[in-house]
Amino acid sequence: MIHARGLRHTFASGHGKQKKEVVAVDGVDLDVEEGEVVGFLGPNGAGKTTTLRILTTLLKPTAGTATVAGFDVATQSVDVRRSIGYCSQVGSTFSGAYAGDEVVDHGMLYGMSKKDAVAHGQALFERLQLDGLWRRKPRNMSGGQKRRLDIAMALIHAPKLVFLDEPTTGLDPQARANLWDHIASLRTDHGATVFLTTHYLDEADTLADRLVVIDQGRIVANDTPENLKAAVSGDLVSLEVAGDEQVAIARDKLASISESVEVDDRFVSGRVPRAGKAVPGLLRDLESSGVSLESIEVARPTLDDVFLTLTGRSLRDAEAGTPEADSAAEIQEVN
Amino acid sequence: MTEFEQPVLKSGFFRESMVVFNRQLRMNLRNPAWVLIGVMQPILYLLLFGPLLEPLIEQLGGNAYNWFVPGMLVQLGIFGAMFAGFSLIGEWREGVIEAERVTPASRGALLFGRLYRDLLQILVQAIILVALGLLMGMDFKPVGILVGIAITVMIGGAGAAASNAFALLVKSEDVMAPVTNMLLMPILLLSGIFLPMSFGAQWLQTLADVIPTKHIVDAVRASFFGDLGIADIGWGVGWTAVLFALAVWWGISTFRKENA
Repeated sequence: MIHARGLRHTFASGHGKQKKEVVAVDGVDLDVEEGEVVGFLGPNGAGKTTTLRILTTLLKPTAGTATVAGFDVATQSVDVRRSIGYCSQVGSTFSGAYAGDEVVDHGMLYGMSKKDAVAHGQALFERLQLDGLWRRKPRNMSGGQKRRLDIAMALIHAPKLVFLDEPTTGLDPQARANLWDHIASLRTDHGATVFLTTHYLDEADTLADRLVVIDQGRIVANDTPENLKAAVSGDLVSLEVAGDEQVAIARDKLASISESVEVDDRFVSGRVPRAGKAVPGLLRDLESSGVSLESIEVARPTLDDVFLTLTGRSLRDAEAGTPEADSAAEIQEVN
Repeated sequence: MTEFEQPVLKSGFFRESMVVFNRQLRMNLRNPAWVLIGVMQPILYLLLFGPLLEPLIEQLGGNAYNWFVPGMLVQLGIFGAMFAGFSLIGEWREGVIEAERVTPASRGALLFGRLYRDLLQILVQAIILVALGLLMGMDFKPVGILVGIAITVMIGGAGAAASNAFALLVKSEDVMAPVTNMLLMPILLLSGIFLPMSFGAQWLQTLADVIPTKHIVDAVRASFFGDLGIADIGWGVGWTAVLFALAVWWGISTFRKENA
């Protein structure tokens, strides 16, 4: 459904002597097969939105090639647009228009007859729990309702491939969970292939069959969430020791089953392969050595751990420290 | 069509531009301020400025309203059109433009649908203005009036296309408002819209001769007096066509640009 080779996009930033070339996307290879739900994960400024804009024909790549739904994004952009649905992170409807009118007009811009657009739009409203909101203005809708309306806009012409750009950003947890159900249904109910960008690890973990991780414009991982997490060596075992004098003993005992032990005050932690089997023995060992524990935690690896392993930075740190390359004002002509 | 069956899709410039036009018109008609201002503008201009300028214009000879109404017409056309881009910035901010640009619709159709709305507004205002002018004593020159309105609608279309292009370029009302005002002020003063340039100093008249809208105002004015020869309206019609073509080209290329 999506095949990209060596995609690269650069733009100029600054003026005069301060002018420099910024590489937003740097040699991205990507393959998405029909029926997949693929999560495109990375911090702000990593190149997610730029890649998405290239694949949706909104931006021409500086170098490289990509076909989407069998059409070349640079030379067959109209065919690509006809085949895809796109839900941008800023929304797609005018706040003062009626929701139903917006969906119907959007369908008609894709070439649908008004009758088909109304029928399909109303069916989508029902499926996306927007019943009764046909004559409601987006400005009077909740954040979750607006995002579902954006998804209805993206689906109005029944595309086989849907791009969702950070679909749940800004929503409260309940609305996010609700939207996740609807995104999951895009494949089951609508038969669509889904490519979604996110910087939420839990979202990627929940929704995607496969994750493509991008950092500083380059793909750094491409696998299932399970395989990526398995690549991180072991579960994190954290011990809180009752007395200061017992910390050294606890450290040595944990070191017997872990290669990387860290000590912070009375907290001793380390990565332990298959911790579920190893921890009971560790507890017996600690007890026989006279070590009392205040608490013990065993945590499965998260995608943040994966990101840390892949890039040497946590996703949150990366978000805090990366410039907003995606939102920079690049001007390039697209036909 | 079953619920999620692939629909039959049609394309075509006129069809797509009419979808955009219908959407724009529907949104504007639902805005009472837009309708009220659109109707009241020509009425207020004529009722408030007409009697004020009448004694001055009568010095030139002929019917004062045949002189004054064309100026008002061009002023309404250009002013209304040059502010058309403001609504586009709101749409861009809410993601509407990007959503439209990811559809297969022609970029030209996305612009022209909006232009149809602006042209319709100018046409309705022109009809109100001319009807009022006739009621207040303007001479009835049917062919000339039709030609004058046509020129006005065209120059309004040029202004609207340029305004939309500029709006998508700067994407900020804070930039758009002062720049538009800065452009409009000399156009207004040097085109002889309110007062004949022959009232001014020679250097002012020379300067006015290089302002295209002065020739356009002259052409509309000549046509309202029934003078339809090439020498009377040729320059005005020519400038209108050139400005319209340039503005539409700019508008379409801006709709094609990334991040528009």
